[in-house]
Amino acid sequence: MKSSKMLVLLIICCVMLNLIAACVQKTNRINTAGSTTVLPIVQAAAEVYMQKNPKINISVRGGGTGIGIKSMINETIDIGNASRKINKRESDLIDKKNLIETAIAKDAISIVVHKDNPIVELTLEQLKKIYSGNIINWRSVGGNDKKIIVISRDISSGSFEVFNEVVLDSTMVKNNAMKLSSNNAVATAVSYTPGAIGYIGLGYVRNELKVLKIDGVLPTRKTAMNNEYELTRFLYMYTTDTPKKLAQDFIDFILSEKGQNIVEEQGYVRINSE
Amino acid sequence: MFKGITYTASLFTIIVLFGIIATLFSEGLPILKHVNIKDFLTSPNWHPTHFPADFGILSLIVGSLVVTAGALIIAIPLGLGSAIYISEIAGTRSKEIIKPVIEFLAGIPSVVYGLFGMAFLSPFLIKVFGIPTGLNAFSASIVLGVMVVPIISSMSEDALSTVPRNLREASFALGATRWETIVQVVLPAARSGVISSIMLGFGRAIGETMVVIMIAGGAAQIPKSIFQPVRPMTAAIASEMGETVIGSPHFHALFGIAIVLFIITFITNLITEFVFLKKRK
Repeated sequence: MKSSKMLVLLIICCVMLNLIAACVQKTNRINTAGSTTVLPIVQAAAEVYMQKNPKINISVRGGGTGIGIKSMINETIDIGNASRKINKRESDLIDKKNLIETAIAKDAISIVVHKDNPIVELTLEQLKKIYSGNIINWRSVGGNDKKIIVISRDISSGSFEVFNEVVLDSTMVKNNAMKLSSNNAVATAVSYTPGAIGYIGLGYVRNELKVLKIDGVLPTRKTAMNNEYELTRFLYMYTTDTPKKLAQDFIDFILSEKGQNIVEEQGYVRINSE
Repeated sequence: MFKGITYTASLFTIIVLFGIIATLFSEGLPILKHVNIKDFLTSPNWHPTHFPADFGILSLIVGSLVVTAGALIIAIPLGLGSAIYISEIAGTRSKEIIKPVIEFLAGIPSVVYGLFGMAFLSPFLIKVFGIPTGLNAFSASIVLGVMVVPIISSMSEDALSTVPRNLREASFALGATRWETIVQVVLPAARSGVISSIMLGFGRAIGETMVVIMIAGGAAQIPKSIFQPVRPMTAAIASEMGETVIGSPHFHALFGIAIVLFIITFITNLITEFVFLKKRK
């Protein structure tokens, strides 16, 4: 008898907690998550946007493109940030008419090595052989006699999928390639690992890293804009059909002149520059 | 009334536990439709997003075991040593300082340990050992080992200090030295507590996720040396779950890994429980 009373009480407590949570969510929040490549843009844009609109609160999380798109589909967030196009597996889960895709910037996947590495250039074919395990020593591509430490992104990363598509072309990444969970983790690991090679978004390139030419082209704003550099891609924000007015407004802000300046400040390439 | 509250609480816990077990198995077993159990457990090829996909988790299991074994090799001597010192040798003063300091280690969030490993330990190891990469099984073992020390230390210390005083006095009276008393009388008497502290440490190390994602290197391979990167089971589950479509083979495979992990920790818990029961008889 008594225990059943307690159960009822517990249930009431749970319901009330839910109600409170629902109320809190109704405030002016925009939740975004996803690609760590897009993250610096969104973070910087959100700071400026929140300064202009102090009542609005934007939460920015990483997690990887896959997580961003999935959370957007499940409607746990408002905007899913992606460093690749949504794929078929994902878009099958949602009515395509409801899906809104906005390209917000352009990026070049930059191939980086340790700054003491004498190599300046690789061909796409050599890059493929390095990542599939056919070339395992820097000597084979004209460098020092040193083992190549291959660093890849983890599979929830959009960069990983774009890289696999363009460079590996359905060959498998070799088993002993390290898989790290963010651009920053790759950049940090490459910066102190003498034999390492890794790939990161243009916005994560920093002085301690050496960026390689691929097929003779260095990834820069210019070569990314005119598609001369091969590992170029768009960065996207995905929303569902009924984006909260707020979310749409935020995306519009990023597409505006001011927003695109932020894109450029973060090291990426503006999209509406023609 | 009080009985009601406590009853509901314990009932709730049990329901949650069985709910988790049921989900694990109902989501994990369907992977066996896509790959037979022998290949799942014994193939080292883990290419879940490739087409055609490979679902062999041997390299992930080995990764977990290597990292955990390494952690215990570091943590057992350190933890047990400090437990013996605190309980048997140290005076009240130093005891009052050392004990909380060691236990403080347990309160540091794992992501902080991970950052430490990534930003400091890993470059340090490259410099000192000249190894090709600093994110590997060895560095993950070191960090996990440090995390496990407070568990082993404080539980063993509890066990050692509950050994009755007259056992020690009898041993001294028979002419045994302090060292002989500790090793041959006190430790065997506290055996069950020490073993269960090690088991708990094992459970902590094999279940730790953040640290191994950040420092173990993430390569799904069977390592040829401890200086190679590995991908423990927890790291695979946590970093891949976000990418999988619910209901896909990859999704079920991740739950399959969770079942394996669950069985391993379940067995260790069972052993701990068994040791305790034996002690009560």
